Amino acid sequence: MQEQAIHWETKGTSRIPFAVYTDTDIHKKELERFFYKAHWNYVGLEAEIPNLGDFKRTVVGERSVIMTRSQDGQIHVVENVCAHRGVAFCRERHGNKKELVCPYHQWSYALDGNLQGVPFRRGVRTPEGKVNGGMPADFDPKEHSLTKLKVAIRGGVVFASFDHDVESLEDFMGPTMLSYFDRLFNGRKLTILGYNKQRIPGNWKLMQENIKDPYHPGLLHTWFVTFGLWRADNKSELRMDDKHRHAAMISTRGTGGQANQTAQVTQVSSFKESMQLNDPSFLDIVPEPWWNGPTAVMMTLFPSVIIQQQVNSVSTRHIQPDGHGAFDFVWTHFGFEDDSSEMTERRLRQANLFGPAGFVSADDGEVIEFSQESFEVKQNHRTLAELGGREVGETDHMVTETLIRGMYEYWRKVMEA
Amino acid sequence: MMIDMQTWLSIQQLYSDYASAVDSGQWDLWPEFFTDQCVYKVQSRENHERGFPLATLAFTSKAMLKDRVYGISETIYHDPYYQRHVVGAPIVRKVEGEQMHVEANYAVFRTKYDKESTVYNVGRYLDIVVPTEQGLKFVQRLCIFDSEMIPNSMIYPI
Repeated sequence: MQEQAIHWETKGTSRIPFAVYTDTDIHKKELERFFYKAHWNYVGLEAEIPNLGDFKRTVVGERSVIMTRSQDGQIHVVENVCAHRGVAFCRERHGNKKELVCPYHQWSYALDGNLQGVPFRRGVRTPEGKVNGGMPADFDPKEHSLTKLKVAIRGGVVFASFDHDVESLEDFMGPTMLSYFDRLFNGRKLTILGYNKQRIPGNWKLMQENIKDPYHPGLLHTWFVTFGLWRADNKSELRMDDKHRHAAMISTRGTGGQANQTAQVTQVSSFKESMQLNDPSFLDIVPEPWWNGPTAVMMTLFPSVIIQQQVNSVSTRHIQPDGHGAFDFVWTHFGFEDDSSEMTERRLRQANLFGPAGFVSADDGEVIEFSQESFEVKQNHRTLAELGGREVGETDHMVTETLIRGMYEYWRKVMEA
Repeated sequence: MMIDMQTWLSIQQLYSDYASAVDSGQWDLWPEFFTDQCVYKVQSRENHERGFPLATLAFTSKAMLKDRVYGISETIYHDPYYQRHVVGAPIVRKVEGEQMHVEANYAVFRTKYDKESTVYNVGRYLDIVVPTEQGLKFVQRLCIFDSEMIPNSMIYPI
């Protein structure tokens, strides 16, 4: 397949061609290079499958996979494609099973994906003693297990890769990302609070970019501005891995509210000086010991997941592409086993800010949709990501789009290789 | 019959009035259907049935509903749309003192300006209704929705 060359205006990545969001061949190449090769993809949390035999169906890229816990307690990730006729046989979203069976011809697999049973493998014996059919004598079940993915688990979070030569998860994240990852997933058992799911009609990369863009939260999201949760004058840092594919936006909440200097800092109309909550319990924020300072750390692990801490609300957000123009965005809110019931209530209440209906997050999906709308009809144009310059580097402020430039620097390296 | 005919008619009226209010675009009408202390949740059927407490929206007072109205009208940037509720006949499941446990199916259609109408959110209401001096009000309205993959965003009340 001859793919169309993408025209970049500059050598750098501060001007991103619309075509990277609309070209179907590019999309297929991204799936191959980012989701199916050399990268770790998020699949879920251990706490989603706590018991022996538990499973959860999810995806890596656009491929359906099943995360299982086998009888020895090990976690496996296998592709939901029967080795026989390719049936995506597992239709339940979650459950508990002793084995995986494709009902079409009753091929059965152990929870680690090994093929166990093939009906009529040795044929069917007639009353006269003749054997009809059966698989060829050299049929070896070991060659026909479900496709097994490599699995890595850290702090209760499960990642998988179709590529068994992928570097370790720790090398993949790099020491900087790892330190923020371990800050949140520090060994405490997680408890699942529930899911939010939304289908966003935009290219999957736009969600990565949204959480690599500290420019917008203090402008688009009135709640963040007015209540000081995320503002340009908050103490903040932007960090990346060496390859600039992953990032963390780290912010510490300011005083917020009615301060006179606020309007000056934001310089925007979305700041509502007079806005007061009828019910202030939305923002009943209680600092937790593991924060060690920052009130918000938003991590983007490329390509598949965003890890959220916004005050007491913590979640993973799984990016599940479906063609170049849409993705499913699956939020898993969680807590920790040592949470008091008040803390659980608090996490649930603050979840009102996030997800498809969130006071803050609802408009992220909307703007992504509206960007994609333009990309589709203006093929030769490009976006602009030049706040804070045209270079890529870590910063101690958030008045920059450097993380987006960083991601595309990596993207170009991989896609143009 | 757990309730008399007059109460039954009042419940019918409450459900019709609610649908009419949330379809009208006059968002200020919405919190007035609730008591001051109330529970309003929009929750996926999956979370509900698996016992996960997370809801897509979870409000525990009329004051929170008013904050949501402010969010809808002033702070959340979104594509404007019409919504249209079609609500099935309510079923009274249980009466406990003044509290009536009522359930009804609903379907919400969304129509963005100049676009086709689509089935947006379908599910059922799990309600607790009480009589007050201002008529019947909701102490609880849970909107448990089957349409778990939300088409991008949910802005207006269900």
